[in-house]
Amino acid sequence: MSPSPLVQSLVLASVKIAVVVGALLGLFSLMTWIERRSLAFMQFRLGPNRTGPLGLFQPIADGIKLFFKEEVMPAAAHKWAFLAAPVVALGTALLAVAVLPYGPPFTLPRFDFLPGWLWPEWLKGRPGQIQIAHVDVGLLFIFAIAALGVYGVVLAGWAANNKYSLLGGLRSSAQMFSYELALGLSWVGVIMLAGSFEIADIVNDQAQRLGGWFLGWNAFVQFPAFVVYFIAATAEVARIPFDLPEGETELVAGFHTEYSSMRFALIQMAEYINMITVAVLCANLFLGGWHSGIPGLPSEGLPGFVWWGAKVAALLFVFIWLRGTLPRFRYDQLMHFGWKVLIPVAAVSILLTAAGVVFFPRLFEVASR
Amino acid sequence: MDAILFYAFAAIAVGSAVVVVAQRNPVYSAFALIVTLCSLSVVFALLGSPFIAVLQVIVYAGAIMVLFLFVLMLLNVRREEDAPGRGGRRLSGVAVALVTLLVLQAGAVLVRPSRDPVPEFDASTRKMAEILFSPHFLYVFEATSILILAALVGAIALARKEP
Repeated sequence: MSPSPLVQSLVLASVKIAVVVGALLGLFSLMTWIERRSLAFMQFRLGPNRTGPLGLFQPIADGIKLFFKEEVMPAAAHKWAFLAAPVVALGTALLAVAVLPYGPPFTLPRFDFLPGWLWPEWLKGRPGQIQIAHVDVGLLFIFAIAALGVYGVVLAGWAANNKYSLLGGLRSSAQMFSYELALGLSWVGVIMLAGSFEIADIVNDQAQRLGGWFLGWNAFVQFPAFVVYFIAATAEVARIPFDLPEGETELVAGFHTEYSSMRFALIQMAEYINMITVAVLCANLFLGGWHSGIPGLPSEGLPGFVWWGAKVAALLFVFIWLRGTLPRFRYDQLMHFGWKVLIPVAAVSILLTAAGVVFFPRLFEVASR
Repeated sequence: MDAILFYAFAAIAVGSAVVVVAQRNPVYSAFALIVTLCSLSVVFALLGSPFIAVLQVIVYAGAIMVLFLFVLMLLNVRREEDAPGRGGRRLSGVAVALVTLLVLQAGAVLVRPSRDPVPEFDASTRKMAEILFSPHFLYVFEATSILILAALVGAIALARKEP
């Protein structure tokens, strides 16, 4: 007897959520270590290398320290907003994660040696993919969540009732608002070529161009959009050189100046998860996702996961690399660059793509509709 | 399942809409409005139109409310204080709300909507695009974009400092 389809899908969804969130939290603590060590090497330092082998246990030590720290709330803070802000930040960060595909589709193994209660009949040979929700409008959903993501930062900046925090929150809302436009425009060309909002479709669309060679990926076919996306995404996650909301040389720590202990850790976690989301999205939309890019090399199943993981890891490293290399933008430069450079470039790219799709559908191998 | 979700989010939408009006602190009002808009978007999704649901969040809860909040914070708007004549205005507000409710209720009773579930209809993104860009709506759609462009030019002309 197998349970009803509703129960089956609920069970599968819960397992997927547990796997993805668990992996993200693990990756978050690993990322803090990788970032500190790599930055240290770029600056001729050693970085945290004492706790455990190579300092690998440093994130655990940090976590324990943050747990036992005293939580301070400013007397003049808006209490409820102050408490809610980190939750909003982490909540929106985790929502965006739900519609991303993580790696190629696969079929579950049969595992006939396992007892029936552990690996029931309906799981055997079931096709699956590590993606929590298949949404018809996946990419737009992420855009909507990105639009909501700014509220965590804005709320945190306002609630602390501190001038530096407020300035950080204000900067953040202006910055995200400006760069969101460029971010959205950079996706339009990709969507037009694939004819779908679903991320998995966009990944597979890239693989069928130019006989499966990597030159057919959107990073090459949509090169201007790729560059615009990468810059706008860096601004959306407020990493250097776009870290004006934090800007420690001017604003102490910007919007999270007054946060301490676990609430600070929640904000930090949200920032890293946003960064991972942006990297996963970049690998899927522009770098061919789980496809190898070389005809003949396998990209299904385990090799697909390896390709996909390597692309995401490389992108994450580029974010750290940028942090070790670039100085921060000035505020007027930031606004000028976003509105007068990125958006026009993205708009021209959209026009050219649209012309290409209409006049030379064979060249781009646009799926016939 | 759908019914449970609908009632939950409808309740949240109504509750936070009350907070928007009742709250004295404008920033809290703005956040309550965001909650209202998001739960309305869930209702759209339950009705089978993810595209409209997502647009609702992007345009209203995202873009427009960020601007509201930006202005509220930039001007550092304080808590609303009791102004003279507030009682009268509150009373008239309640009266208008009651009358509106009565009219809507009367309309619902008179029109007598069918109790059957809505027939299956295609509200997917593709269908939406086909309808919007069909000859029937295309000119209206384009006219709207020209209207928005005019508003944009007007706003810039007003905000621009004379050299």
